[in-house]
Amino acid sequence: MSQPSHRLTRRGFIGAAAAAPVAFGVPTLLQAQARPIKVGLVHPITGFLAYSGGQCRMGAMMAIEEINAAGGIKSMGGAKLEALLGDNQAKPEVGVSVVEQMQEAGVSAYIGCFSSAVALPATQAAAKYNTPFVIDVGASDNIVNRGLRNVFRLKPGFNACVDDAIAGLGEINKAAGSAAKSAVLVHEESEFGTGTAKLLAGKLPSIGIEVREVMKHANPTRDFANLALRIRGLKPDLVVMSNYQNEYVLLARTLHQQKVDLAGMFSVLGGGFNYKFVKELPDVAQYMIDTNHWFDPTNARAQAMKKRVEAKGDLFTFEVYLAYNAVKFLADGMERAGSADKEKVNAALAASTWSDHFMPYGPTRMVNGQNTGGKAAILQASKTDIDVIWPTRFASTKAVFPKPRFS
Amino acid sequence: MDATILGAAVINGLLLGGSYALVAVGLTLIYGVLHIINFAHGSMLMLAMYGVYFLLVKAQVDPYAAIPLMVVVMYAAGYGMYRALIGRFSHGKDENILLITLGLSIVLENIALFFFTGDSRNITVSYSDRMIELGPSLVPLPKLVSFGASLLLCAALAWFIARTDTGRAIRAVAKERHGARLVGIDVEKILAVSYGIGIACLGAAACLLVPMFYVAPTVGHLFVIVAFTIVVLGGMGSFLGALVGALLIGLTESLSGLFLGEALGQIGISLIFILILLFRPTGLFGGGR
Repeated sequence: MSQPSHRLTRRGFIGAAAAAPVAFGVPTLLQAQARPIKVGLVHPITGFLAYSGGQCRMGAMMAIEEINAAGGIKSMGGAKLEALLGDNQAKPEVGVSVVEQMQEAGVSAYIGCFSSAVALPATQAAAKYNTPFVIDVGASDNIVNRGLRNVFRLKPGFNACVDDAIAGLGEINKAAGSAAKSAVLVHEESEFGTGTAKLLAGKLPSIGIEVREVMKHANPTRDFANLALRIRGLKPDLVVMSNYQNEYVLLARTLHQQKVDLAGMFSVLGGGFNYKFVKELPDVAQYMIDTNHWFDPTNARAQAMKKRVEAKGDLFTFEVYLAYNAVKFLADGMERAGSADKEKVNAALAASTWSDHFMPYGPTRMVNGQNTGGKAAILQASKTDIDVIWPTRFASTKAVFPKPRFS
Repeated sequence: MDATILGAAVINGLLLGGSYALVAVGLTLIYGVLHIINFAHGSMLMLAMYGVYFLLVKAQVDPYAAIPLMVVVMYAAGYGMYRALIGRFSHGKDENILLITLGLSIVLENIALFFFTGDSRNITVSYSDRMIELGPSLVPLPKLVSFGASLLLCAALAWFIARTDTGRAIRAVAKERHGARLVGIDVEKILAVSYGIGIACLGAAACLLVPMFYVAPTVGHLFVIVAFTIVVLGGMGSFLGALVGALLIGLTESLSGLFLGEALGQIGISLIFILILLFRPTGLFGGGR
């Protein structure tokens, strides 16, 4: 007598696998699984700030992937973060339109916008719906000074960066026996450059540096040869620059080519001061000093992330880790809120004391949406790397100041 | 104003004009023959600059040594583009060519953005920072080379157009298309050749610009807007006009930057553009049409 076969055939297995969800009520389980939380990433992916926007998106995506891999937002049943990708094209009106589109798609919070010009109207558009908006990059203090309760910025703003720059430069200059007594300021024409130069011009005399002239240039500028000539004529000890990437590099290159002797070239949030600049133009970059957002070089997690980014062939620029930390800060707020309810998330972010970051900051302390625990670092380029030279407790090397002369 | 600074600014302006001439000369040829403004000019320059950049980075070909290769490649690209796209879809209408080149520029720029990202790239070659003392100013060698090359390029093109059979055919097509067809000239081929030569100029321009300028998907805009002004100033279709116009624009930009500040340096260019359109719409060397 033949026995019925209990061997599981391939066909049988597939059939059983298909029937199993019905039999065991998996649909009910699926329904119970937490709905993903939509986070809108509003960055300039095309247009003249496309590189920076892409870097921001990369950092934000790395954080989202990490959070999801670690089990999502646990207080919300392990809800995963789902990125809604937007391109603000570095245009304010497009930024607003992206915010509105994401709102219709059911976004729970925004991360953005790289440029202040886009962040100002985009955050205002999000404020209509009270949707939390975490600024990753965007220096203007007006972003957080308008009383919008949904807007938060982890990194230090414009004024704080300038204050840190002045404090640090004062200390570095004093240690060098006041090598710099005069400066010429060169800035680009938009709010970023003009605002920074105005603040610096007002504060440099307080550390014993006289401002000889403030020079403005257009965006884009094709040639800085005349400007270099005028600077040489004024014989300043310092050239203080605030410009975006292309003009920053072109100006630095021209001053180097024209062999303009200076104690140093200094910038606050210098657009072109990054690893790529050091790699592409090491002779030009060497000894340049910048005040900028930087990771804590003594933090192992920061170094590990740097390695991961560089292994992909990308650069670990400030956009990457600022966007990364902005998403982590938001996720911490959602975790504590225990809900994607906008009011609750806003309240949680406002009360944040988050300190699980790898920036040279203390614990987060929000005052009107601005983290007052943030601090900028002063950096100096060598021919092969970028080092932190101030604040001293995070410094990886000593400043070379004044720099060696050409003549 | 210190005379040394003024002298240096004049030299710098002329050299700057030399760089502009490199871009303007191809544009004026295309305008002279096809009677259209080639909106894709900036994007083609950008592509050529990426070509030069990658030849150096990936194959260690020096930008100056890459000139013959880039000229041939860009000629082929221009010729092919005219034959495959512009000539085929324009249906003989100038306004269609205008729209096609505009569309091409948008497509090319976005393709570049997709593949190369918005990041700008710089190169260092042994002569990047070599400076030559020229009177009161220190001039980077690449700037001096590009100035000399633009003079040569204009002279070579003028000779080619004046003395060769193809040049004569180009002039015939530029002047009287129907007449040229009647005497047996393959007008479509000559139009494609002219477009190809105009784009080939960009191949040379790219090799000369990359040692001193960054490469980015939007870099074409920087030069092409000035090149349009130069073509209008010099007279549309005139090589000598493109060269003189470029030098004048370079000088204007440099001196207005010096006297009005770098932020207002561009005003001089716009003023010249408006004045030329008001008082001599055919340009300095342009014949009445």
